[in-house]
Order: sequence, then C-alpha cells, then structure tokens
Amino acid sequence: MYIIIVGGGKVGYYLTKHLLAAGHEVAVIEKNPKKVENIINDLGGIAILGDGSDAGPMSEAGMNRAEIVIAATGDDEDNLIVCQMAKIKFGVKRTIARINNPKNERIFSVLGIDTTVSYVDALVAQIERGIPAHSLIHLLTLRDVGVSFVEKQVPPDSPVIGVMMSDLNLPEQFLIALIIREGKALIPKGTSSLQAGDDVVAVTDAENAGILDLLFRGELVKPH
Amino acid sequence: MKLIILGCGRVGVRLAHTMHSAGHEVTIVDRNRDAFTKLGADYGGKMILGTGIDQDVLRKAGIEQADAFVAVTNGDNTNAMAAQIAKHIFGVPRVVARLYDPVREETYRLLGLETVCATVMGADKIRDLVLA
Repeated sequence: MYIIIVGGGKVGYYLTKHLLAAGHEVAVIEKNPKKVENIINDLGGIAILGDGSDAGPMSEAGMNRAEIVIAATGDDEDNLIVCQMAKIKFGVKRTIARINNPKNERIFSVLGIDTTVSYVDALVAQIERGIPAHSLIHLLTLRDVGVSFVEKQVPPDSPVIGVMMSDLNLPEQFLIALIIREGKALIPKGTSSLQAGDDVVAVTDAENAGILDLLFRGELVKPH
Repeated sequence: MKLIILGCGRVGVRLAHTMHSAGHEVTIVDRNRDAFTKLGADYGGKMILGTGIDQDVLRKAGIEQADAFVAVTNGDNTNAMAAQIAKHIFGVPRVVARLYDPVREETYRLLGLETVCATVMGADKIRDLVLA
C-alpha cells in the first residue's frame, strides 16, 4: 500500500519505520531539513523537504496515487489542512490525522476527517521516559465502528504468564492483536503465551475495555 | 455589526480601525500579546489573547453572537481552520479567510468558504500597473 506521512518528527519517524517494516511503500513530507536528512540516512531516500499542505511537495510525493495520508505533525491546523487538501485536491480516499489538542476531535469529525488519533503524545512520552506502562494506554479509536486499540503491560507476577492463548476465555468483541516483546512485534497464535513485561495491544469495543485487567489477574483462564 | 478579527497584523489592525471607526463592535484576537501594541492608544474595541483555533478562546471573543468573522493571521492553515470552525461549528453568518497560497485559496473557495488571496490580488494589480 502507498502511504504518505506528513510530519517527520518522532511520531512520523516511528510510524514510517513500522510501516516500511510491514512492507508498505512510504513517503514522508517534512519541512525541517535536519529531520529530512535523518530520515534519509536512517530509512532511505523516502523523505521530501517541504510544507505538506503545499501542493508542490504534495504532487512531488505522488499524493494522487496515495491510498492513505497520515497527518502527524504537532500542529492541529496543519494536520487538518493536510487531510482536507489530500482529499479535495488529490482525491485521497483515506486520511488519518493526529490530534494534539483533544478539544479539536469534534471539529475534525465535523469537517470530515475519517480517523483521528489523539493521546499519541502521551504514548510517545511513555516510551521516551521508559516508564513501565502498567496503566492502560488508549492508542486509537476507530470512530465509525466503536472499536478501540488499547495497550497494557503484563505485570511480572501475573498468573496469566505462560498460559496458552487457546486456554483463555476471551469475550466475543475482544482480540489480542499484538504482543510486543523486547522491541519485537509478535502476532499471537493459539499456542502463544504471554511473558512478564510483554506489551499487549488489544482490539476491543467500549464494553470490554477493562478485560485486560481481568486477563492479567488470571481471571480469564479456562478451567481444566 | 459584531465583528471578530483573528490576527493582529497589518491587515487585522487596519481592518479593526476602519470597522471600529465606522461604528461596528470589533474584537481582535491574537496569540501574541505584543501584537496588540500595533493597535495604538486610539483603538476602542476589544482585544482577546489566545489561539484562534481554540473554541474556548473564540467563545470568549463572543463568536456565538458574532455577525462576521475574519481570519487574517500570517498562517494559511490557521486561517483556513479558524474560518471553518466559525462557519461550521458556530454558524457565523459571514466568514472570510485571507490565504496567501493560491492553491489552498481555490480549494477552500470550492469548499464554500469566502476567501481572499492576497498573492493573486497583489500580483494581478502589479501586472496591470506594469502593462498600463
């Protein structure tokens, strides 16, 4: 899939890295020459210097063939205009905007931006400070379908450690989508099990958002 | 009329003075306190300090009762976003955004915003003078 990311700061950089690793074609538009240079040095010649809401750099990046545009700058006004320009001027079907000020969530929704991601800064700050994420981190809400991505770390003394996924009794609208172990992403299978310190990313509806707590307390292990 | 001007630069200041002198109720908004000094001592309208894309700041400026909203900061994206908030969130009857970039100006005009492109107007005027 061809994905254009506007904003090559920390969020844009890590996003780019992950999307490239997942096999996507990615281009980044960033207005700071130093950040562009860093991305080119680390990830290859995929960064374009320029204002991502300016039609010049947008065309240069091949905006008209992008399947997704992600506006990940630290300024909400720029993220809004990037998404609107991508949609209206270049006919991009899907746009995702990072929202820095949660107050703007409703505005973006009223103005037609499909998906918005807030709380990103909280997550990045957690990673940067290296604080063990014992609290539930809200990663992303898919507005239209009422589903959220949440992340929580497995505590060292959790009874669920070592229990196979197939031996867990999980509710219908809940899925353990990803286990992040020592910086590597694992897609869990029935035979996978959790280890202490794993970051677990789950997809859940609003009703089941608290399930990770029950899971980590060992309350969802099937009786033998 | 009740007019809110976002951006206390040259255009904002001039507009604030002419509209206030003409008897209109003017509130000017800027995120930089120093910008207000450009208004001079004879300006009798209101000044609100804050970001123009923040709904709470706009409410404080009286956007819910405003007859018109004008976005003339030096940032096109700020102007385009603030104008859309004024129009679509608060339903201000008359909204105008000044944009420098002709491509963005055209895009937002097609989206139904009243826009003024200072670049195109200036360039066209200069061309006419050169050719005259």
